[in-house]
Amino acid sequence: MSVNQTDAGYLAAQNQVSSRAHGGTGRKLRERAIEFVLFLCALSSVAITLGIVWVLLYESWHFFANVSLIDFLTDTQWTVLFENPHYGIMPLVTGTLVTSGIALLVALPLGTTIAIYLSEYAGVNAREVLKPILELLSAVPTVVFGYFALLFITPLLQSLLPNLPGFNMLSAGIVIGIMIIPYVSSLSEDAIRAVPVHIREGSYAMGATRLQTSLRVLVPAAFSGIASAYVLGFSRAVGETMVVALAAGTQPNLTLNPLEGAATITAYIVQVSLGDLPHGSVAYQSIFAAGLTLMCITLIFNIGGYLLRKRFREIY
Amino acid sequence: MEQSSQANFSKAVSRNKNRDKLFAVLGLLATFIGMLTLAALLGDLAMDGLARLKPHFFTSFPSRFPGQAGILSAWVGTTLVMTVTALTAVPMGIAAGVYLEEYAQKNWLTAIIEINIANLAGVPSIVYGLMALGLFVYQFGFGQSILSAGLTLALLILPIVIVATREAIRAVPASMREAAYALGATKWQTTSDHVLPYSLGGILTGVIIALSRAIGETAPLITIGALTFIAFLPDAPIKAEFPFISFEWLWSPFSVMPIQMFNWVSRPQHEFHLNAAATGLVLMVMTLVMNGIAIYCRYRFRKRIKW
Repeated sequence: MSVNQTDAGYLAAQNQVSSRAHGGTGRKLRERAIEFVLFLCALSSVAITLGIVWVLLYESWHFFANVSLIDFLTDTQWTVLFENPHYGIMPLVTGTLVTSGIALLVALPLGTTIAIYLSEYAGVNAREVLKPILELLSAVPTVVFGYFALLFITPLLQSLLPNLPGFNMLSAGIVIGIMIIPYVSSLSEDAIRAVPVHIREGSYAMGATRLQTSLRVLVPAAFSGIASAYVLGFSRAVGETMVVALAAGTQPNLTLNPLEGAATITAYIVQVSLGDLPHGSVAYQSIFAAGLTLMCITLIFNIGGYLLRKRFREIY
Repeated sequence: MEQSSQANFSKAVSRNKNRDKLFAVLGLLATFIGMLTLAALLGDLAMDGLARLKPHFFTSFPSRFPGQAGILSAWVGTTLVMTVTALTAVPMGIAAGVYLEEYAQKNWLTAIIEINIANLAGVPSIVYGLMALGLFVYQFGFGQSILSAGLTLALLILPIVIVATREAIRAVPASMREAAYALGATKWQTTSDHVLPYSLGGILTGVIIALSRAIGETAPLITIGALTFIAFLPDAPIKAEFPFISFEWLWSPFSVMPIQMFNWVSRPQHEFHLNAAATGLVLMVMTLVMNGIAIYCRYRFRKRIKW
């Protein structure tokens, strides 16, 4: 700060101010130090990602030193804890895909319908009440949903399908589907509401009903946002652990039949972690290989979603 | 000819109008399916578990006899783990949010940090558990302890806290900052004396929601080796003799309420399922209360602030 005034009082005040701030350099140094600390905190999020990637790759590297990648991808049995172990990831992958598939069959139609309803049909008051209640669904601890799937939904399904076993992928999938509805509906609703009003009005001016406007104008226009909602919902379903570990069982089973029980990748990780495995054994390393597979599945679908969004992106 | 096409047209109009109304009903129905599930969930838990919720349920250790078992070690574990989580994730998350909103320049490093935070939200929670198992438990040697568990959950909720902080800070108008700068305040003085206090409501909402998520999280803690049956309490943090405070409990093995519930659900005996329902009821009440507080906070701060 340059001082040109000759006013003595002003100068005195100025001196007082700068001495209270411990002089210019001290003040600057403190500001710098604070900024640096804040920066480190922001950088820690990158460290988390690096930590995840490093641990998964490092332990999987050791795993694949013992197990060939071809066996891992082609063997049809996953019996790591047995006397004569087989390391074929396929049964766990099918279990994961079947439960997530059922979850999506439940969540996508319901979530999209709710999104259209809340954004185009419901009044402001109804939305203010309905939305927070719906979002509570994603706040419920997943182990509680697991309890609900095993001890409420499964008996309910068994009264319809008498031959249904106690552990089955159907009930786990349905419950995960209901659980991820808020993820799908919230993001889709945001996307639909973000479509400019004049596009909506153009459709209404042509005499379209709210339903026609929603399905033929708004949903296509908001498709990029809706697709990311779907991808997020899928990521949640694939990574869901407690519901499948409790309701779908922990027996690896190479099947696409949702009426059977089957372990998923996440359920396997939980099952192994509950036991007391020696650090460094192949079984210990196998949960990291399973985790890496899980991340790869999520990544593939995220990239697919990204390409889909790019292809159908509407810019106003 | 003219008349029949007009009749066709009005038929089409009324058909479309009917479909429109039908969809309104369908939308309401879909919304109610979600709520119905929530109600069935609570009702089911209450029917099975309410009878078990007596004082001794909170003051007893788990036991082979379902009637005598309680959640003492579980709720003490949850309290201690959440203390570590909150003390780590809240300051770090707020600091990171402040940095990204107030300090960060637009460059590639900032872009990487931002993309990274968005991606972390999609990482399954069990993968955080695997990372913590490899890093905290073995690499850093923290063992299967309360410290490891608290840090794991802290990393899990860090992105939620950061995103909430950024949104709250963004809502503070630039004129507030400019007024502070005009009076000669430094960047940090402006941030800590003005921007942060004004955005506290929004940050608080995000922090409560993040912590409520951490309380119910089970999978990552099983992965790092939480015990499912534990009949002792960690070392007390406050001592009668000098120096009065002890941090021994950080290294103690632990269990938390969701894991206790998981253990009881996975047993075949019906009696244990009742215990699980009671634990689930406690968890649900805690989650609902925390979310209720968060919604109330958001509502109040939104109403009070008029720039």
